[in-house]
Amino acid sequence: MPHLATEVDCFSLVIEIGGIPIRVNTASQEFLRTLQVRYAGFIGSQDGTWDSLPQMEFDVELSDAGFGNPEAGVKVSQTDGIWHMQRGDFHAEWEPKTRHGKIRQSANPYSIDAILRIVHTLALARQGGMLLHAASAIHHGNACVFAGVSGAGKTTISRLAPHDVTLLTDEISYVRKIDSGYVCFGTPFTGELAKLGENVSGPLEAVYLLAQGPENKIEPVPVPDAVRSVLANVLFFAEDPELVRQVFHSVCELVDRVPVSRLTFVPDSRVWEMIR
Amino acid sequence: MSKLYVVRDARSAVRVLDGEAMVMSGRDSTLFSLNKTATIIWQAADGQTSLDEIVGSQVCQEYDVEYASALQDAENMARELAGHGILQISEQPISQARTLAGESR
Repeated sequence: MPHLATEVDCFSLVIEIGGIPIRVNTASQEFLRTLQVRYAGFIGSQDGTWDSLPQMEFDVELSDAGFGNPEAGVKVSQTDGIWHMQRGDFHAEWEPKTRHGKIRQSANPYSIDAILRIVHTLALARQGGMLLHAASAIHHGNACVFAGVSGAGKTTISRLAPHDVTLLTDEISYVRKIDSGYVCFGTPFTGELAKLGENVSGPLEAVYLLAQGPENKIEPVPVPDAVRSVLANVLFFAEDPELVRQVFHSVCELVDRVPVSRLTFVPDSRVWEMIR
Repeated sequence: MSKLYVVRDARSAVRVLDGEAMVMSGRDSTLFSLNKTATIIWQAADGQTSLDEIVGSQVCQEYDVEYASALQDAENMARELAGHGILQISEQPISQARTLAGESR
């Protein structure tokens, strides 16, 4: 009698960003290899020999059916304790209570990249942390964040970093609130530099709002402007008033504890002499 | 002129930094920064204390301003913030239970 059910091989890997390990399960060995390359340096151990076991787990089903334009707007909402994430190129859901989720997407790694960003924003929002549209780096043991819209100079200042600076990202910065301070982690989320950040972390000592100008200067920013500017650079996708309020409070607390300055710079390496 | 009562919108989020309130609208997430005088009024806007009492007992105590002028400014500000949905105004006292915005620190 033929087998009525076929056992499907399942391949797994753990992607650890910001100290939060996420296990991804897939039936496609090819997709697994794609992820191993995409997240090189951010792949954790399968057996929990790292500091912590996976805090979330996603089963990925690859399918080309029903997916269209990846540029179609992202929609993130919650019903009955389950987060639903949707874009032109993926559908995903995640239940925080069970820490388990499902993803249906094409084999494009950028789809799961977007899902990971969303999931991390949701996890961080509850903890007082955030993803910022910002470059970040560790300099003299401390982390600095360089926030700004596209064209403000995130990639430029990252390119200009001297050799003793460890680049955490040129595009998406990962900030966690740990105890009474903030820690900035490296991310694999890249911008124009197309170079993964180092998977290290450091205490966040300064936030710079980037602007390019005729001379290098650092100026203090009034608190309301700092809150407004940092908030404008927070990545957050969920249509959830409570979490939006939480993000607002988190930004206010960050601004209260970490100095925020405006960094105007000429695009040459001298700017790094000003950064502590 | 009849009394005016003001109360903070419960859906809005507020944070006071350096004596000035930052308020995020619960309606559309628009951010408002209030100056110190507006912050005093905002913090006292409990729906039970009338605006003229707030101005008389707090604003005029804090700043050397003429009462009638300060009250007129306060009413203008209250109506503007009400237009943005972050404050409610009424000629009657307003129940606190469903309207006060949560404030952190």
